[in-house]
Amino acid sequence: MSNLSTAMSLVLAAGMLVAALLSIITRSLPLAILSAGAVSLFASIMFMLLAAPDVAMTEAAIGSGLTTFLFFFVLGRVGGKGHG
Amino acid sequence: MITVALVTGFALVLAGLYGALTNRNILRMIVSFTVADAGVNLVLVAVGAMPGRTAPILDAAVPVGDAARRIIDPLPQALVLTAIVIGLGVTALMLAYAYRLHATRGSLDISKFTELKW
Amino acid sequence: MVKHLVAFLLLAVLAAVFASLTLGYQPDAALNRTALYYAENTAKDLGAQNIVTAIVVTYRGLDTLGEVTVLFLTSAIVGLILSTHRATGEGRATGIPAAGELLRTGSRLLVPLILLAGVYVFVNGHLTPGGGFQGGAILASAALLMLLADPLHRFGHRLIAVVESLSGVAYVAIGLLGLAWAGGFLDNRFLPLGDFGTLFSAGAIPVIYTLIGLKVGAEFASMLASLSETEKS
Repeated sequence: MSNLSTAMSLVLAAGMLVAALLSIITRSLPLAILSAGAVSLFASIMFMLLAAPDVAMTEAAIGSGLTTFLFFFVLGRVGGKGHG
Repeated sequence: MITVALVTGFALVLAGLYGALTNRNILRMIVSFTVADAGVNLVLVAVGAMPGRTAPILDAAVPVGDAARRIIDPLPQALVLTAIVIGLGVTALMLAYAYRLHATRGSLDISKFTELKW
Repeated sequence: MVKHLVAFLLLAVLAAVFASLTLGYQPDAALNRTALYYAENTAKDLGAQNIVTAIVVTYRGLDTLGEVTVLFLTSAIVGLILSTHRATGEGRATGIPAAGELLRTGSRLLVPLILLAGVYVFVNGHLTPGGGFQGGAILASAALLMLLADPLHRFGHRLIAVVESLSGVAYVAIGLLGLAWAGGFLDNRFLPLGDFGTLFSAGAIPVIYTLIGLKVGAEFASMLASLSETEKS
């Protein structure tokens, strides 16, 4: 049990770090927004492993759901030229 | 597991701050801020976790009399719960300002806004 | 380049601080005094199964009231900033094709179910994980589905404003009832505590969390609506 959760947390941590780096390095703004949403989604699974189901629900609904859509609404309005 | 979460959270904070400091596009800075936000929340929850204990909910698995030895610290979870909600509010506010800047100046490049520079 | 160097230097200092925090970190073996109080007295005092809910709604209820106020201010400011750029609906140049039959029927079928799920989450906040904030976010996601399925649809801002104000006023009124008939502001014990672990238990906690859920859902929905009703600039 403990080994399994440690292994899962390692995998999740690796996924989060890769997604975070991708969201900061990539030139494409939609990809950056989606990667930031993925960071939140992995974080919510990590909260579940850390025995915090309340926080996991909040992060999944708000952090990775609504935030991503707010970004896309604004991105659609400002033209989406994300370079510079 | 707790150490992994702690290290990951700190790494996310550093990565988010790096992105916010070095990017010049305002939308990308806001994206970086949300990454740092997730990292801070992860650190706070990891500090409240304890190995071998379960969530602070007193159902059939955790009898009331046994709670003090079975559950983890509930206070950081309550804090992070509110922090996530406020985080969305702050992000929405930043996005609204970014939209307004783009509407009035036609650009989202931070280096074009030089009024407050000295 | 100098800017990047300064950023790296700053982050290196911060990383050193974080490393010193992490290296010596040892998880607590026992609960600290505050957490111990919550663990031992929540069931007896408040009758709530979910201790996080008990903290958010009652033990630190004033903080939550402040937080909901901050959220209200945020959504008001978002509406204010974007108000001069709001498209009027009919007058907007529409390059978007109308929603298809499948999309319209599907969203009409799903929106009530999503609303029901949100209500379930915040009514059961004192028993299971979840509560007003999560349920409110789910309610707002129903509004989001309506916006996505039909981008030209205009929300009744009046309805959102009425739900938001009524729930906010009722929240404060319940807090004052607690002040009058129980131990203090936002005390949940002016209603009977009921049987531990049933839906109608924990005094006023389900009522307060329902109001929080409605208010948070209305605020998020109004933020989404004002952002989506802006014009392309």
